[in-house]
Amino acid sequence: MSAQNSKAKQLIILSGKGGTGKTSISAAFAHLSAAHANSHPMVFVDADVDAANLSLVLEPESLEPKEFWGGSLAEIDPEKCINCGACSPVCRYDAIFPDPKNDQVQWIDPIACDGCAACVYACPEGAISMVRQHEGNWFQSNTSFGMLFHAELFPGRENSGKLVTLIKQQARLYAEDIQSQCVIIDGPPGIGCPVISACAGTDLGLIVTEPSLMGLHDLKRVLGTLRHFHVPAVVCVNKADIYPEGTRAIREFAAAEGLDLIGEIPYDEKIPRAMIEGKPVTVLFPDSPAAKAIQEVWHKTIDLLNLQED
Amino acid sequence: MQIAVASGKGGTGKTTIATSLALSLASLAKVRYFDCDVEAPNGHLFLKPEFTESTPAVIRIPQIQTEKCTACGRCVEVCEFHALAKVGKNILVFPQLCHGCGSCTWNCPENAIVEVPNPIGTIERGMALENIEFFRGLLTISEPMPTPIIRQLKKRMQPQPNTINIYDAPPGASCSVVETLRGVDFALLVTEPTPFGLHDLKQMLGILADMHIPSGIVINRDGIGDDSLEETLREYNVPVLLRVPFDRKLAENLAAGRTLVDVYPEYGGILRELYQQITEIMGGKAK
Repeated sequence: MSAQNSKAKQLIILSGKGGTGKTSISAAFAHLSAAHANSHPMVFVDADVDAANLSLVLEPESLEPKEFWGGSLAEIDPEKCINCGACSPVCRYDAIFPDPKNDQVQWIDPIACDGCAACVYACPEGAISMVRQHEGNWFQSNTSFGMLFHAELFPGRENSGKLVTLIKQQARLYAEDIQSQCVIIDGPPGIGCPVISACAGTDLGLIVTEPSLMGLHDLKRVLGTLRHFHVPAVVCVNKADIYPEGTRAIREFAAAEGLDLIGEIPYDEKIPRAMIEGKPVTVLFPDSPAAKAIQEVWHKTIDLLNLQED
Repeated sequence: MQIAVASGKGGTGKTTIATSLALSLASLAKVRYFDCDVEAPNGHLFLKPEFTESTPAVIRIPQIQTEKCTACGRCVEVCEFHALAKVGKNILVFPQLCHGCGSCTWNCPENAIVEVPNPIGTIERGMALENIEFFRGLLTISEPMPTPIIRQLKKRMQPQPNTINIYDAPPGASCSVVETLRGVDFALLVTEPTPFGLHDLKQMLGILADMHIPSGIVINRDGIGDDSLEETLREYNVPVLLRVPFDRKLAENLAAGRTLVDVYPEYGGILRELYQQITEIMGGKAK
Protein backbone atom coordinates (compact mmCIF):
# COMPACT_ATOMS: atom_id res chain seq x y z
CA MET A 1 0.00 0.00 0.00
CA SER A 2 1.32 3.41 -0.86
CA ALA A 3 1.75 6.24 1.63
CA GLN A 4 1.34 8.82 -1.09
CA ASN A 5 -0.49 12.02 -0.31
CA SER A 6 -0.78 11.22 3.35
CA LYS A 7 1.15 13.24 5.88
CA ALA A 8 3.76 11.40 7.92
CA LYS A 9 2.64 10.46 11.42
CA GLN A 10 4.75 11.72 14.32
CA LEU A 11 5.60 9.57 17.34
CA ILE A 12 7.10 11.27 20.41
CA ILE A 13 8.96 9.23 23.05
CA LEU A 14 9.01 10.87 26.50
CA SER A 15 9.58 9.96 30.13
CA GLY A 16 9.53 12.92 32.52
CA LYS A 17 12.31 11.40 34.61
CA GLY A 18 15.65 11.14 32.85
CA GLY A 19 17.50 7.89 32.32
CA THR A 20 14.51 5.57 31.98
CA GLY A 21 15.64 4.32 28.56
CA LYS A 22 14.07 6.65 25.96
CA THR A 23 17.12 6.68 23.73
CA SER A 24 17.82 2.93 23.91
CA ILE A 25 14.20 2.28 22.90
CA SER A 26 14.25 4.96 20.19
CA ALA A 27 17.39 3.41 18.69
CA ALA A 28 15.79 -0.03 18.71
CA PHE A 29 12.67 1.44 17.06
CA ALA A 30 14.86 2.97 14.33
CA HIS A 31 16.32 -0.47 13.62
CA LEU A 32 12.95 -2.24 13.72
CA SER A 33 11.36 0.40 11.49
CA ALA A 34 13.84 -0.39 8.72
CA ALA A 35 12.35 -3.87 8.41
CA HIS A 36 8.85 -2.40 8.38
CA ALA A 37 9.31 0.36 5.82
CA ASN A 38 11.56 -0.70 2.96
CA SER A 39 10.77 1.66 0.16
CA HIS A 40 9.95 4.74 2.27
CA PRO A 41 12.17 4.65 5.36
CA MET A 42 11.05 6.32 8.53
CA VAL A 43 12.72 9.52 9.72
CA PHE A 44 14.32 10.03 13.16
CA VAL A 45 14.71 13.10 15.34
CA ASP A 46 16.79 13.48 18.50
CA ALA A 47 14.93 16.23 20.31
CA ASP A 48 17.08 16.09 23.44
CA VAL A 49 19.29 18.83 22.05
CA ASP A 50 21.26 19.64 25.19
CA ALA A 51 22.13 16.01 25.95
CA ALA A 52 21.86 14.43 22.51
CA ASN A 53 22.68 10.74 22.54
CA LEU A 54 20.71 9.03 19.77
CA SER A 55 23.52 9.66 17.28
CA LEU A 56 25.86 7.65 19.53
CA VAL A 57 23.94 4.46 18.71
CA LEU A 58 22.76 5.07 15.14
CA GLU A 59 26.23 5.51 13.61
CA PRO A 60 25.37 8.52 11.46
CA GLU A 61 27.37 9.76 8.50
CA SER A 62 27.00 13.44 9.16
CA LEU A 63 26.36 15.83 6.37
CA GLU A 64 27.55 19.41 6.85
CA PRO A 65 26.67 20.95 10.23
CA LYS A 66 24.24 23.85 9.88
CA GLU A 67 24.36 26.77 12.27
CA PHE A 68 21.53 27.51 14.66
CA TRP A 69 21.22 31.18 15.50
CA GLY A 70 18.84 31.65 18.40
CA GLY A 71 18.17 34.77 20.40
CA SER A 72 20.36 37.79 21.09
CA LEU A 73 22.29 38.94 24.13
CA ALA A 74 23.05 42.51 25.19
CA GLU A 75 26.61 43.82 24.99
CA ILE A 76 27.98 47.12 26.24
CA ASP A 77 30.46 49.06 24.10
CA PRO A 78 33.08 50.18 26.67
CA GLU A 79 34.04 53.10 24.42
CA LYS A 80 30.54 54.56 24.67
CA CYS A 81 29.64 53.65 28.28
CA ILE A 82 29.79 56.63 30.68
CA ASN A 83 29.11 54.49 33.75
CA CYS A 84 25.86 56.34 34.54
CA GLY A 85 24.25 53.22 35.97
CA ALA A 86 20.92 53.57 34.15
CA CYS A 87 21.07 50.01 32.85
CA SER A 88 21.42 47.89 35.97
CA PRO A 89 18.16 48.87 37.73
CA VAL A 90 16.06 47.74 34.72
CA CYS A 91 17.74 44.32 34.58
CA ARG A 92 15.62 41.69 36.32
CA TYR A 93 18.27 39.01 35.80
CA ASP A 94 21.06 40.54 37.92
CA ALA A 95 23.28 40.44 34.85
CA ILE A 96 24.91 43.91 34.89
CA PHE A 97 28.04 44.61 36.94
CA PRO A 98 31.05 46.92 36.86
CA ASP A 99 33.44 45.46 34.26
CA PRO A 100 35.91 43.20 36.10
CA LYS A 101 38.62 44.37 33.69
CA ASN A 102 37.80 48.09 33.93
CA ASP A 103 35.59 49.36 36.75
CA GLN A 104 34.94 52.65 34.94
CA VAL A 105 32.38 50.95 32.70
CA GLN A 106 29.51 48.49 33.09
CA TRP A 107 29.59 44.93 31.83
CA ILE A 108 26.88 42.35 31.06
CA ASP A 109 27.45 38.77 32.18
CA PRO A 110 26.48 36.68 29.12
CA ILE A 111 25.65 33.73 31.38
CA ALA A 112 23.06 35.73 33.31
CA CYS A 113 21.67 37.86 30.44
CA ASP A 114 18.18 36.78 29.34
CA GLY A 115 18.31 38.77 26.10
CA CYS A 116 15.31 40.98 26.93
CA ALA A 117 16.93 44.24 25.73
CA ALA A 118 15.45 46.32 28.57
CA CYS A 119 18.94 47.80 29.17
CA VAL A 120 19.31 48.72 25.50
CA TYR A 121 16.36 51.12 25.78
CA ALA A 122 17.42 52.39 29.20
CA CYS A 123 20.90 53.45 28.07
CA PRO A 124 21.01 57.20 27.29
CA GLU A 125 24.26 56.85 25.33
CA GLY A 126 23.21 54.14 22.90
CA ALA A 127 26.13 52.08 24.24
CA ILE A 128 24.27 48.77 24.44
CA SER A 129 23.35 46.64 21.48
CA MET A 130 21.82 43.24 20.94
CA VAL A 131 24.14 40.67 19.38
CA ARG A 132 22.66 37.55 17.84
CA GLN A 133 24.07 34.33 19.17
CA HIS A 134 25.27 31.23 17.40
CA GLU A 135 23.69 28.85 19.94
CA GLY A 136 24.34 25.47 18.39
CA ASN A 137 24.50 23.35 15.26
CA TRP A 138 22.09 20.93 13.66
CA PHE A 139 22.69 18.01 11.37
CA GLN A 140 20.94 15.88 8.83
CA SER A 141 22.73 12.52 8.87
CA ASN A 142 22.41 9.27 6.98
CA THR A 143 22.13 6.15 9.09
CA SER A 144 21.70 2.59 7.92
CA PHE A 145 18.03 2.74 9.06
CA GLY A 146 17.01 6.12 7.64
CA MET A 147 17.69 9.83 7.95
CA LEU A 148 18.44 11.27 11.42
CA PHE A 149 17.89 14.93 12.31
CA HIS A 150 19.83 15.93 15.40
CA ALA A 151 21.43 18.95 16.98
CA GLU A 152 23.84 20.16 19.58
CA LEU A 153 22.85 23.15 21.63
CA PHE A 154 26.02 24.73 22.96
CA PRO A 155 26.33 24.13 26.72
CA GLY A 156 24.33 26.51 28.87
CA ARG A 157 22.33 28.09 26.05
CA GLU A 158 18.68 29.00 25.97
CA ASN A 159 16.23 28.43 23.14
CA SER A 160 16.35 24.65 23.20
CA GLY A 161 12.64 24.73 22.30
CA LYS A 162 13.33 26.75 19.15
CA LEU A 163 16.04 24.33 18.09
CA VAL A 164 13.72 21.36 18.66
CA THR A 165 11.05 23.04 16.54
CA LEU A 166 13.61 23.68 13.80
CA ILE A 167 14.85 20.09 13.49
CA LYS A 168 11.33 18.67 13.75
CA GLN A 169 10.27 20.91 10.91
CA GLN A 170 13.23 19.84 8.79
CA ALA A 171 12.46 16.19 9.51
CA ARG A 172 8.82 16.66 8.51
CA LEU A 173 9.73 18.31 5.22
CA TYR A 174 12.17 15.53 4.46
CA ALA A 175 9.58 12.89 5.41
CA GLU A 176 7.16 14.46 2.95
CA ASP A 177 9.80 14.45 0.22
CA ILE A 178 10.53 10.76 0.54
CA GLN A 179 6.87 9.90 1.31
CA SER A 180 7.82 8.46 4.66
CA GLN A 181 4.98 7.26 6.84
CA CYS A 182 6.40 8.19 10.20
CA VAL A 183 8.77 10.49 12.08
CA ILE A 184 10.08 8.99 15.35
CA ILE A 185 11.12 11.63 17.88
CA ASP A 186 13.36 10.81 20.86
CA GLY A 187 12.26 13.44 23.38
CA PRO A 188 14.00 15.32 26.18
CA PRO A 189 13.40 14.66 29.89
CA GLY A 190 11.23 16.97 31.98
CA ILE A 191 8.01 18.73 30.96
CA GLY A 192 9.18 22.25 30.08
CA CYS A 193 9.93 24.23 26.95
CA PRO A 194 11.78 21.65 24.77
CA VAL A 195 9.26 18.93 25.72
CA ILE A 196 6.36 21.16 24.74
CA SER A 197 8.07 21.91 21.41
CA ALA A 198 8.77 18.21 20.89
CA CYS A 199 5.10 17.29 21.57
CA ALA A 200 3.55 19.92 19.33
CA GLY A 201 1.60 18.37 16.48
CA THR A 202 2.49 14.76 17.29
CA ASP A 203 0.05 11.88 16.80
CA LEU A 204 1.08 9.61 19.65
CA GLY A 205 3.18 9.89 22.80
CA LEU A 206 4.93 6.78 24.10
CA ILE A 207 5.95 7.31 27.73
CA VAL A 208 8.88 5.18 28.88
CA THR A 209 8.79 4.89 32.66
CA GLU A 210 10.53 2.82 35.31
CA PRO A 211 9.04 1.04 38.33
CA SER A 212 10.09 3.46 41.05
CA LEU A 213 8.37 6.15 43.08
CA MET A 214 10.29 8.63 40.93
CA GLY A 215 9.25 7.04 37.65
CA LEU A 216 5.58 7.10 38.63
CA HIS A 217 5.74 10.65 40.01
CA ASP A 218 7.23 11.98 36.77
CA LEU A 219 4.99 9.79 34.59
CA LYS A 220 2.00 11.64 36.05
CA ARG A 221 3.52 14.99 35.12
CA VAL A 222 4.43 14.02 31.57
CA LEU A 223 1.02 12.41 31.03
CA GLY A 224 -0.56 15.67 32.19
CA THR A 225 1.56 17.53 29.66
CA LEU A 226 0.61 15.24 26.74
CA ARG A 227 -3.08 15.45 27.65
CA HIS A 228 -2.91 19.23 27.94
CA PHE A 229 -1.69 19.36 24.35
CA HIS A 230 -4.23 16.73 23.23
CA VAL A 231 -1.63 14.12 22.27
CA PRO A 232 -2.91 10.54 22.80
CA ALA A 233 -0.57 8.71 25.17
CA VAL A 234 0.45 5.13 25.94
CA VAL A 235 3.04 3.88 28.41
CA CYS A 236 5.62 1.12 28.72
CA VAL A 237 7.66 0.15 31.78
CA ASN A 238 11.39 -0.34 31.40
CA LYS A 239 13.44 -2.40 33.91
CA ALA A 240 10.02 -3.70 34.97
CA ASP A 241 11.31 -6.56 37.15
CA ILE A 242 13.72 -4.44 39.24
CA TYR A 243 10.93 -3.50 41.63
CA PRO A 244 7.78 -5.52 40.89
CA GLU A 245 5.75 -3.56 43.41
CA GLY A 246 6.54 -0.38 41.49
CA THR A 247 5.39 -2.00 38.25
CA ARG A 248 2.15 -3.01 39.97
CA ALA A 249 1.65 0.60 41.07
CA ILE A 250 2.12 1.76 37.47
CA ARG A 251 -0.36 -0.85 36.21
CA GLU A 252 -2.91 0.35 38.75
CA PHE A 253 -2.31 3.99 37.88
CA ALA A 254 -2.60 3.26 34.15
CA ALA A 255 -5.85 1.33 34.65
CA ALA A 256 -7.34 4.12 36.76
CA GLU A 257 -6.34 6.75 34.19
CA GLY A 258 -7.47 4.77 31.14
CA LEU A 259 -3.87 4.82 29.96
CA ASP A 260 -2.89 1.89 27.77
CA LEU A 261 0.14 0.01 29.17
CA ILE A 262 1.62 -1.55 26.04
CA GLY A 263 4.64 -3.38 27.38
CA GLU A 264 6.92 -4.33 30.22
CA ILE A 265 10.61 -4.56 29.37
CA PRO A 266 12.72 -6.55 31.85
CA TYR A 267 15.99 -5.26 33.28
CA ASP A 268 18.65 -6.63 30.97
CA GLU A 269 22.36 -5.87 31.09
CA LYS A 270 22.33 -6.25 27.28
CA ILE A 271 20.90 -2.71 27.08
CA PRO A 272 23.95 -0.90 28.56
CA ARG A 273 26.15 -3.43 26.74
CA ALA A 274 24.64 -2.44 23.38
CA MET A 275 24.97 1.25 24.27
CA ILE A 276 28.68 0.74 24.90
CA GLU A 277 29.05 -1.07 21.58
CA GLY A 278 27.26 1.88 19.96
CA LYS A 279 24.42 -0.13 18.40
CA PRO A 280 20.70 -0.72 19.04
CA VAL A 281 20.08 -3.67 21.38
CA THR A 282 17.83 -5.30 18.76
CA VAL A 283 20.77 -5.40 16.34
CA LEU A 284 23.36 -6.86 18.70
CA PHE A 285 21.26 -9.05 20.95
CA PRO A 286 18.00 -9.75 19.08
CA ASP A 287 17.21 -12.74 21.29
CA SER A 288 17.76 -10.99 24.61
CA PRO A 289 14.67 -10.62 26.80
CA ALA A 290 14.80 -6.81 26.54
CA ALA A 291 15.08 -6.82 22.74
CA LYS A 292 12.08 -9.18 22.46
CA ALA A 293 9.98 -7.03 24.76
CA ILE A 294 10.92 -3.87 22.84
CA GLN A 295 9.90 -5.61 19.62
CA GLU A 296 6.47 -6.24 21.09
CA VAL A 297 6.14 -2.61 22.16
CA TRP A 298 7.15 -1.57 18.64
CA HIS A 299 4.45 -3.69 17.00
CA LYS A 300 1.78 -2.28 19.31
CA THR A 301 3.00 1.25 18.63
CA ILE A 302 2.81 0.96 14.84
CA ASP A 303 -0.64 -0.61 15.15
CA LEU A 304 -1.75 2.39 17.20
CA LEU A 305 -0.31 4.75 14.59
CA ASN A 306 -2.17 2.77 11.98
CA LEU A 307 0.88 2.37 9.78
CA GLN A 308 0.86 0.03 6.81
CA GLU A 309 3.62 -2.30 5.66
CA ASP A 310 5.23 -1.03 2.49
CA MET B 1 29.06 26.16 51.52
CA GLN B 2 26.88 25.80 48.46
CA ILE B 3 27.08 22.56 46.53
CA ALA B 4 25.19 21.76 43.33
CA VAL B 5 24.65 18.13 42.34
CA ALA B 6 24.42 17.91 38.53
CA SER B 7 24.98 15.38 35.75
CA GLY B 8 24.11 16.24 32.17
CA LYS B 9 22.46 12.89 31.44
CA GLY B 10 19.24 12.18 33.28
CA GLY B 11 18.81 9.25 35.63
CA THR B 12 22.47 8.91 36.64
CA GLY B 13 21.69 9.26 40.34
CA LYS B 14 21.80 13.00 41.13
CA THR B 15 18.94 12.75 43.61
CA THR B 16 20.33 9.54 45.14
CA ILE B 17 23.61 11.28 45.93
CA ALA B 18 22.13 14.67 46.84
CA THR B 19 19.62 13.27 49.34
CA SER B 20 22.14 10.98 51.06
CA LEU B 21 24.73 13.76 51.13
CA ALA B 22 22.16 15.97 52.86
CA LEU B 23 21.32 13.24 55.40
CA SER B 24 24.99 12.54 56.11
CA LEU B 25 25.94 16.18 56.62
CA ALA B 26 22.99 16.98 58.86
CA SER B 27 25.03 15.85 61.87
CA LEU B 28 27.79 18.38 61.02
CA ALA B 29 25.89 21.54 60.19
CA LYS B 30 22.55 23.02 59.31
CA VAL B 31 21.59 21.62 55.90
CA ARG B 32 19.22 23.14 53.37
CA TYR B 33 18.10 21.13 50.36
CA PHE B 34 16.86 22.86 47.21
CA ASP B 35 15.18 20.68 44.60
CA CYS B 36 15.91 22.71 41.45
CA ASP B 37 14.63 20.02 39.05
CA VAL B 38 11.34 21.89 38.95
CA GLU B 39 10.02 19.93 35.92
CA ALA B 40 10.44 16.53 37.57
CA PRO B 41 11.39 16.99 41.22
CA ASN B 42 12.00 13.80 43.19
CA GLY B 43 13.99 14.78 46.32
CA HIS B 44 10.85 14.85 48.48
CA LEU B 45 10.24 11.15 47.81
CA PHE B 46 13.40 10.38 49.82
CA LEU B 47 13.72 13.19 52.38
CA LYS B 48 9.97 13.18 53.13
CA PRO B 49 9.49 16.84 54.05
CA GLU B 50 6.29 18.03 55.62
CA PHE B 51 5.49 21.10 53.54
CA THR B 52 4.23 23.92 55.71
CA GLU B 53 4.55 26.80 53.28
CA SER B 54 3.59 27.19 49.66
CA THR B 55 3.98 30.38 47.67
CA PRO B 56 3.23 30.90 44.00
CA ALA B 57 6.22 31.38 41.68
CA VAL B 58 5.21 34.19 39.37
CA ILE B 59 6.27 36.08 36.31
CA ARG B 60 5.10 39.68 36.17
CA ILE B 61 3.28 39.99 32.88
CA PRO B 62 1.93 43.14 31.24
CA GLN B 63 -1.69 44.10 31.38
CA ILE B 64 -2.74 46.82 28.96
CA GLN B 65 -4.97 49.55 30.38
CA THR B 66 -7.13 50.05 27.34
CA GLU B 67 -8.34 53.50 28.37
CA LYS B 68 -4.74 54.79 28.24
CA CYS B 69 -3.43 52.67 25.33
CA THR B 70 -3.15 54.45 21.98
CA ALA B 71 -2.10 51.24 20.20
CA CYS B 72 1.15 52.91 19.12
CA GLY B 73 2.81 49.50 19.05
CA ARG B 74 5.97 50.52 20.91
CA CYS B 75 5.55 47.59 23.38
CA VAL B 76 5.34 45.11 20.49
CA GLU B 77 8.51 46.60 19.01
CA VAL B 78 10.59 46.32 22.18
CA CYS B 79 9.50 42.80 23.14
CA GLU B 80 12.28 40.38 22.18
CA PHE B 81 10.08 37.37 22.84
CA HIS B 82 7.05 38.15 20.64
CA ALA B 83 4.84 38.08 23.70
CA LEU B 84 2.84 41.09 22.49
CA ALA B 85 1.06 41.61 19.20
CA LYS B 86 -0.94 44.42 17.71
CA VAL B 87 -4.21 43.29 16.16
CA GLY B 88 -6.20 46.18 14.76
CA LYS B 89 -6.54 48.71 17.59
CA ASN B 90 -5.76 46.16 20.28
CA ILE B 91 -2.60 44.92 21.93
CA LEU B 92 -2.70 41.20 22.76
CA VAL B 93 -0.52 39.59 25.45
CA PHE B 94 0.66 35.96 25.20
CA PRO B 95 1.52 35.04 28.81
CA GLN B 96 3.39 31.84 27.94
CA LEU B 97 5.87 33.71 25.75
CA CYS B 98 6.43 36.50 28.29
CA HIS B 99 9.72 36.40 30.24
CA GLY B 100 8.53 39.09 32.67
CA CYS B 101 11.45 41.38 31.85
CA GLY B 102 9.49 44.65 32.17
CA SER B 103 10.80 46.16 28.95
CA CYS B 104 7.31 46.91 27.58
CA THR B 105 6.25 48.57 30.83
CA TRP B 106 9.19 50.95 30.87
CA ASN B 107 8.99 51.77 27.19
CA CYS B 108 5.27 52.55 26.94
CA PRO B 109 5.03 56.30 26.24
CA GLU B 110 1.50 56.44 27.70
CA ASN B 111 2.22 54.54 30.93
CA ALA B 112 -0.59 52.29 29.86
CA ILE B 113 0.95 49.04 31.09
CA VAL B 114 0.65 47.64 34.59
CA GLU B 115 2.17 44.35 35.61
CA VAL B 116 0.18 41.53 37.12
CA PRO B 117 1.53 38.34 38.62
CA ASN B 118 1.13 35.29 36.42
CA PRO B 119 1.69 32.10 38.41
CA ILE B 120 3.80 29.49 36.59
CA GLY B 121 4.46 27.21 39.53
CA THR B 122 4.90 27.02 43.27
CA ILE B 123 7.72 27.15 45.77
CA GLU B 124 7.31 24.96 48.82
CA ARG B 125 9.16 24.76 52.10
CA GLY B 126 9.11 22.32 54.97
CA MET B 127 11.22 20.39 57.43
CA ALA B 128 12.45 16.98 56.29
CA LEU B 129 14.25 14.01 57.85
CA GLU B 130 17.20 14.84 60.14
CA ASN B 131 15.99 18.42 60.50
CA ILE B 132 16.90 19.30 56.92
CA GLU B 133 15.20 22.45 55.70
CA PHE B 134 13.69 21.43 52.38
CA PHE B 135 12.74 23.73 49.51
CA ARG B 136 11.36 22.74 46.16
CA GLY B 137 10.07 24.43 43.05
CA LEU B 138 7.30 22.89 41.00
CA LEU B 139 6.58 24.01 37.43
CA THR B 140 2.88 23.94 36.60
CA ILE B 141 2.08 21.40 33.88
CA SER B 142 1.96 23.05 30.41
CA GLU B 143 4.07 26.03 31.52
CA PRO B 144 7.26 26.20 29.44
CA MET B 145 9.75 28.14 31.60
CA PRO B 146 11.48 26.48 34.55
CA THR B 147 14.27 29.05 34.93
CA PRO B 148 12.34 31.85 36.71
CA ILE B 149 11.16 29.32 39.33
CA ILE B 150 14.72 28.18 39.97
CA ARG B 151 15.80 31.81 40.31
CA GLN B 152 13.05 32.52 42.85
CA LEU B 153 13.70 29.26 44.71
CA LYS B 154 17.36 30.07 45.20
CA LYS B 155 16.55 33.62 46.30
CA ARG B 156 14.37 32.28 49.11
CA MET B 157 17.39 31.65 51.24
CA GLN B 158 20.69 33.47 51.06
CA PRO B 159 23.75 31.37 51.93
CA GLN B 160 24.82 31.63 55.55
CA PRO B 161 27.97 30.59 57.40
CA ASN B 162 27.89 27.12 58.98
CA THR B 163 25.05 26.19 56.68
CA ILE B 164 25.38 23.76 53.82
CA ASN B 165 23.09 24.42 50.88
CA ILE B 166 22.62 21.48 48.50
CA TYR B 167 21.07 22.13 45.09
CA ASP B 168 19.70 19.13 43.19
CA ALA B 169 20.01 20.22 39.52
CA PRO B 170 17.81 19.30 36.54
CA PRO B 171 19.25 17.04 33.81
CA GLY B 172 20.57 18.44 30.55
CA ALA B 173 22.96 21.31 29.97
CA SER B 174 20.80 24.28 29.09
CA CYS B 175 19.66 27.46 30.81
CA SER B 176 17.91 25.83 33.79
CA VAL B 177 21.12 24.01 34.73
CA VAL B 178 23.09 27.26 34.46
CA GLU B 179 20.57 29.00 36.71
CA THR B 180 21.01 26.23 39.31
CA LEU B 181 24.79 26.51 39.16
CA ARG B 182 24.99 30.32 39.38
CA GLY B 183 26.82 31.36 42.52
CA VAL B 184 27.52 27.87 43.92
CA ASP B 185 30.95 27.07 45.36
CA PHE B 186 31.27 23.54 44.04
CA ALA B 187 29.58 21.18 41.59
CA LEU B 188 29.39 17.47 42.32
CA LEU B 189 28.87 15.69 38.99
CA VAL B 190 27.17 12.32 39.11
CA THR B 191 27.80 10.21 36.03
CA GLU B 192 27.75 6.62 34.86
CA PRO B 193 30.49 4.87 32.89
CA THR B 194 28.57 4.68 29.60
CA PRO B 195 28.94 6.61 26.33
CA PHE B 196 25.73 8.56 27.11
CA GLY B 197 26.94 9.48 30.59
CA LEU B 198 30.31 10.55 29.24
CA HIS B 199 28.94 12.60 26.34
CA ASP B 200 26.65 14.61 28.60
CA LEU B 201 29.27 14.97 31.33
CA LYS B 202 31.57 16.70 28.81
CA GLN B 203 28.83 19.28 28.20
CA MET B 204 28.66 19.93 31.95
CA LEU B 205 32.43 20.28 32.24
CA GLY B 206 32.27 22.90 29.47
CA ILE B 207 29.67 24.93 31.39
CA LEU B 208 31.60 24.68 34.65
CA ALA B 209 34.81 25.87 32.99
CA ASP B 210 32.95 28.90 31.59
CA MET B 211 31.48 29.63 35.01
CA HIS B 212 34.77 29.03 36.89
CA ILE B 213 33.14 26.54 39.26
CA PRO B 214 35.36 23.73 40.61
CA SER B 215 33.97 20.22 40.38
CA GLY B 216 34.45 16.61 41.33
CA ILE B 217 32.98 13.37 40.02
CA VAL B 218 30.83 10.62 41.47
CA ILE B 219 30.84 7.51 39.28
CA ASN B 220 27.55 5.76 39.90
CA ARG B 221 26.77 2.20 38.74
CA ASP B 222 30.51 1.68 38.60
CA GLY B 223 31.30 -1.49 36.68
CA ILE B 224 28.45 -1.47 34.12
CA GLY B 225 30.49 0.29 31.45
CA ASP B 226 33.85 0.73 29.81
CA ASP B 227 37.08 2.66 30.41
CA SER B 228 36.45 5.67 28.19
CA LEU B 229 35.06 7.69 31.13
CA GLU B 230 38.23 7.24 33.19
CA GLU B 231 40.41 8.22 30.22
CA THR B 232 38.42 11.39 29.66
CA LEU B 233 38.49 12.36 33.32
CA ARG B 234 42.29 12.13 33.31
CA GLU B 235 42.31 14.39 30.26
CA TYR B 236 40.11 16.99 31.96
CA ASN B 237 41.97 16.70 35.26
CA VAL B 238 38.79 16.42 37.38
CA PRO B 239 39.06 14.35 40.56
CA VAL B 240 36.91 11.24 41.10
CA LEU B 241 35.61 11.67 44.65
CA LEU B 242 33.39 8.60 44.96
CA ARG B 243 32.45 5.38 43.20
CA VAL B 244 29.16 3.63 43.88
CA PRO B 245 29.19 0.12 42.37
CA PHE B 246 26.16 -1.13 40.47
CA ASP B 247 24.06 -3.26 42.75
CA ARG B 248 20.63 -4.65 42.04
CA LYS B 249 19.62 -4.63 45.70
CA LEU B 250 20.39 -0.91 45.88
CA ALA B 251 18.46 -0.20 42.66
CA GLU B 252 15.44 -2.03 44.08
CA ASN B 253 15.54 -0.13 47.37
CA LEU B 254 15.98 3.26 45.71
CA ALA B 255 12.96 2.47 43.56
CA ALA B 256 10.96 1.99 46.76
CA GLY B 257 12.01 5.41 48.08
CA ARG B 258 14.77 4.29 50.45
CA THR B 259 18.01 6.28 50.48
CA LEU B 260 21.56 5.13 49.85
CA VAL B 261 22.55 5.74 53.51
CA ASP B 262 19.49 3.89 54.70
CA VAL B 263 20.39 0.80 52.65
CA TYR B 264 24.15 1.01 53.28
CA PRO B 265 24.81 3.09 56.45
CA GLU B 266 28.57 3.07 55.79
CA TYR B 267 27.94 5.69 53.10
CA GLY B 268 27.25 8.19 55.91
CA GLY B 269 30.94 8.28 56.79
CA ILE B 270 31.98 8.05 53.14
CA LEU B 271 29.88 11.09 52.22
CA ARG B 272 31.17 13.09 55.19
CA GLU B 273 34.67 12.29 53.96
CA LEU B 274 33.65 13.40 50.47
CA TYR B 275 32.51 16.70 51.96
CA GLN B 276 35.87 16.99 53.68
CA GLN B 277 37.57 16.54 50.30
CA ILE B 278 35.37 19.27 48.82
CA THR B 279 36.31 21.72 51.59
CA GLU B 280 39.98 20.88 51.01
CA ILE B 281 39.63 21.56 47.28
CA MET B 282 37.86 24.84 48.10
CA GLY B 283 40.52 25.76 50.68
CA GLY B 284 43.19 25.21 48.05
CA LYS B 285 41.31 27.46 45.66
CA ALA B 286 41.00 30.23 48.26
CA LYS B 287 44.77 30.33 48.76
